[in-house]
Amino acid sequence: MSVTGPKLQPSLFELSRPGRATPRIPTPPAGALDRLPAAARRATPPALPEVSEPALVRHYLNLSQLNWSVDGGFYPLGSCTMKFSPKVNEWAARLDGFAALHPLAPDEVAQGTLELLWELEELLAEISGMTAVTLQPAAGAQGELTGILMVRAYHRARGDLARTEILVPDSSHGTNPATASMAGFRTVSIPSAPDGGVDLEAFRAALGPRTAGVMITNPSTVGLFEARIVELLEMVHGVGALAYMDGANLNAILGHFRPGEAGFDVMHFNVHKTFSTPHGGGGPGAGPVGVRELLAPFLPAPRVLRGPDGRFRLERPGERPTSIGRVKSFVGNAGILVRAYAYIRAHGADGLRTVSDDAVLAANYLKHRLAGTYDIPYDRPCKHEFVASAASLKRETGVRTLDVAKRLIDKGYHPPTIYFPLIVEEGMLIEPTETESIETLDAFAAALIEIAGEARTRPDLVTGAPHTAPVRRLDEATAARQPNLRWRPTTRVGPEERS
Amino acid sequence: MAYGPHTDGDRARMLAALGIPSVDVLFDDIPPAVRAAGLRLPPALSELELVTHLRWLASRNRVDLASFLGAGVYRHHIPPVVDQVLLRGEFYTAYTPYQPEVSQGTLQTIYEYQSLLAELTGLDVVSASHYDGAAATAEAALMTCRATRRERVLVSRGVARQYREALETYFAGPNLAFDEVPLVAGGPAAGTSDLAAIERLLAAPDRPVAGIVAAQPNTLGLLEPMVEIGRLAHAAGALFVAVVEPVSLAVLAPPGAYGADIAAGEGQPLGIPPQYGGPYLGILACTDPLVRQIPGRLIGQTTDADGRRAYVMTLRAREQDIRRERAASNLCTNQALCALAAAVYLAAVGPAGLRDVAATGAARAAELEAALAGAGAPRLHGGPYLNEFAIRVPDAVAVHRRLLARGILAGIPTAELEPDDPALRDGLLVCATEVTTPDEIELFARALRDELEAGAGERPGARPAAAGEAVR
Amino acid sequence: MVPPDLRYTKEHEWARLDGDLATVGITAHAAELLGDIVFVDLPEVGRTVAQFGAFGVVESVKAVSDLFAPIGGEVVETNAALAGQPELVNGDPYGDGWMVRIRLADPAQLDALLDATAYDALVAAG
Repeated sequence: MSVTGPKLQPSLFELSRPGRATPRIPTPPAGALDRLPAAARRATPPALPEVSEPALVRHYLNLSQLNWSVDGGFYPLGSCTMKFSPKVNEWAARLDGFAALHPLAPDEVAQGTLELLWELEELLAEISGMTAVTLQPAAGAQGELTGILMVRAYHRARGDLARTEILVPDSSHGTNPATASMAGFRTVSIPSAPDGGVDLEAFRAALGPRTAGVMITNPSTVGLFEARIVELLEMVHGVGALAYMDGANLNAILGHFRPGEAGFDVMHFNVHKTFSTPHGGGGPGAGPVGVRELLAPFLPAPRVLRGPDGRFRLERPGERPTSIGRVKSFVGNAGILVRAYAYIRAHGADGLRTVSDDAVLAANYLKHRLAGTYDIPYDRPCKHEFVASAASLKRETGVRTLDVAKRLIDKGYHPPTIYFPLIVEEGMLIEPTETESIETLDAFAAALIEIAGEARTRPDLVTGAPHTAPVRRLDEATAARQPNLRWRPTTRVGPEERS
Repeated sequence: MAYGPHTDGDRARMLAALGIPSVDVLFDDIPPAVRAAGLRLPPALSELELVTHLRWLASRNRVDLASFLGAGVYRHHIPPVVDQVLLRGEFYTAYTPYQPEVSQGTLQTIYEYQSLLAELTGLDVVSASHYDGAAATAEAALMTCRATRRERVLVSRGVARQYREALETYFAGPNLAFDEVPLVAGGPAAGTSDLAAIERLLAAPDRPVAGIVAAQPNTLGLLEPMVEIGRLAHAAGALFVAVVEPVSLAVLAPPGAYGADIAAGEGQPLGIPPQYGGPYLGILACTDPLVRQIPGRLIGQTTDADGRRAYVMTLRAREQDIRRERAASNLCTNQALCALAAAVYLAAVGPAGLRDVAATGAARAAELEAALAGAGAPRLHGGPYLNEFAIRVPDAVAVHRRLLARGILAGIPTAELEPDDPALRDGLLVCATEVTTPDEIELFARALRDELEAGAGERPGARPAAAGEAVR
Repeated sequence: MVPPDLRYTKEHEWARLDGDLATVGITAHAAELLGDIVFVDLPEVGRTVAQFGAFGVVESVKAVSDLFAPIGGEVVETNAALAGQPELVNGDPYGDGWMVRIRLADPAQLDALLDATAYDALVAAG
């Protein structure tokens, strides 16, 4: 490994040489495959790379050094909640009792995991003020689909087939309207009010007998608590529709606001955001869904049940015919849920409330430090994240948010979320989370302020950034015009056959 | 608070900078009517207490059984180097690679994963991963409808029940239809997709079929006539989706070789432990012409401003953040770390090693078949299998429970696998892999012989099959 | 600013008339807003489109946009060059970056389009 900085690596296929792979198991008996019909057999072996274990380790270790990570540095990505992933959770998930358990193993040998999952449902129900929870969805988006399919099932069960629309604010995360489409609904996009919240009158005009439900992110995607939430929920229920809450921003309101108690009918959690399960470079996560009583009959199957004798079991097929069915094979991403469970048990009620208090305090502190240098479109206390804008900077210097973001890389920071939500021009959505020290917050603010200065004195430094990352700006146009999505050998070299 | 750095002093400094007396001021905008009174949760556990509690919970699972259970999730030897790589914080605490300049690690590993699976499947376009095999299969079926603009899919009952159920859930929203293809009831092709039934189902001119979905091996472990199914599909203008098991692709003909347009499957056997159901790895691959229809992230190779080779998420305009309600799928977070596990596993075993895993499983399965037949439980079907098959066991659910009490996880009763198939009422689906030992096989065979002889020794009617016996 | 001999839609498409055939594409302004264009999804020849109906999709690296027909009629030709070189739309939006040719069903529909002056004013107004 280079001591002078991370180095790009050749691909595994380029490292491959015939015969180099490290054998892992004994040689199988000769002729083991002879009983298979020739027509079903593979004619040529797959040209997978052959690398020794030392070469493999070097390859991946060096590649890891090309990555930004929470473990490596500050990651102020708004809407992603890049908090620290506690290491005890990694230990827990790897306990053999959890890791080696087959999902179809009989209930009586799975009592440990079933109890953990059952208890996690209770914990999430209490945190959200909901009656019942499913842990099945593999991600927030799959949770959204699950929730909206339950809304669909609810209306159909009432015999109301006229509910064909889902209302979504134009500031929403793209998964919301995509979910509505997947569930067979038409999305009606509602413009946001100038203060960043929902436009009640626009909602009122759009709500009606065709509305199946609304999807609201609260706090909103600009980090503001929806002050008009009570009126909005009343209006929604008043037309017989249901209210879905996108729980991506739950980190702001733990212990302060319980969506089910406030009147939301269904919501999803992103455990890889609020409950610290690691982001993994893009998953895996989990997207449990909480519902109020009226939707409980429609929860995905199988549910985790506890018997009067205190023993746990999974619902049997067909036991609850009103269920919407399943969205994936088994009961959920249990390996991820173990981590979320450990996190919640480590915090307790006071701990979770402190998480939100500290997250909100840190975001407001950072916003305060940046006001005056960057535009702050919403001039009131934010929750766990806030939007800053480089619109004025762009007008004065030509330097855009994209350039500021890339220059932050040179300063040693991962850029914040940029150009989301779409309702803010040249927006930067910044979410520090509660696990960053005040020194980190101060240093980050100083770096952003420095870049604003550079935009005026040395704009080329900013527009040409990054200069110090392992690679410069990439040619994304060619990548999309002439997609190269897999390694292609120039000459095929097959592996050596054994037995 | 458990893990954050803030002391009361730090908080005081931030409050002072904001000019507010307490953090509660920042929550004043929550209407009083909906302010929570607090949470009723168990008290916080210290790390020591947490560790003790989790160890206790884990100990209440029994993972020491002699297991012959497969049914879509398989025990394999996972070289410890895989977990060593996964434990690098630079990989597991990284975010989605939206900023490619600082994510080349993740991007290259996923590009390599795509390349490895392209080799295994014989299809050139592999998505960066889906949630699991069931979700990937559902999305594959949706792809066939989008690509052909037809609204009906045929799904073989050889595809696992959970996959068919997930497909049904995903089809409900867009109001698409699917028909199940029955399995042949008897004879040499018993337990495989009924080709004549496919022809009949394809024959409705006013209900054209968008795609046919079949699994190789199928849910009963049997090898299917994939070439013939593909031919029938294409002759009717439909696409062909193959549901595959990745280790088997080391030795079985891959989807690309038998004309599949799309491949879906469960990547768990590639270096991912069972974990009671997830996180797993949805494999989804397709031919080049379908690239714009495939949901999920795609990593592409390109160059940077200085001409260096580099990797980037590409064809992004398919995805939800750009297309919103017009996106093919709402997929956002995927299973990136699981894809990394699969890539490291494949690199760690190599092509000959993967073939050895498949061949050893086949050898052990043949030994298992002989031992169980000798114990009085012959196979239910006659066709070829790789490493999983069903055996005939009267009163299978009860026998399974009694074997469990003897420390043997005897696969899964076929009645639980397919509750509404009367032909599968008295069977066990069992499998073997390279981790199955001859001792375990002997233990199973001996115990099964005991159970079968005890059952046969009772007069019929003397002890009815336990009413209300739990069926999963 | 934009070619004076063409007609325009509010959605930034242009039409060049030649008898009863209209050649259609998107304006330089639209191409600039989209950024590097990577794919153009065009209809099959023979398809009938309605005036202002969507006839295709244009994708850039970071955006996607429907294409709306300036006039209704039958699609008689599509620009095959765009499949391999979508960047022609960025480089020569009014020439080699043309997208479809439509046979007009109703010449009166031309009255609904903007002339160059009106389109320039629309763009200037933001």
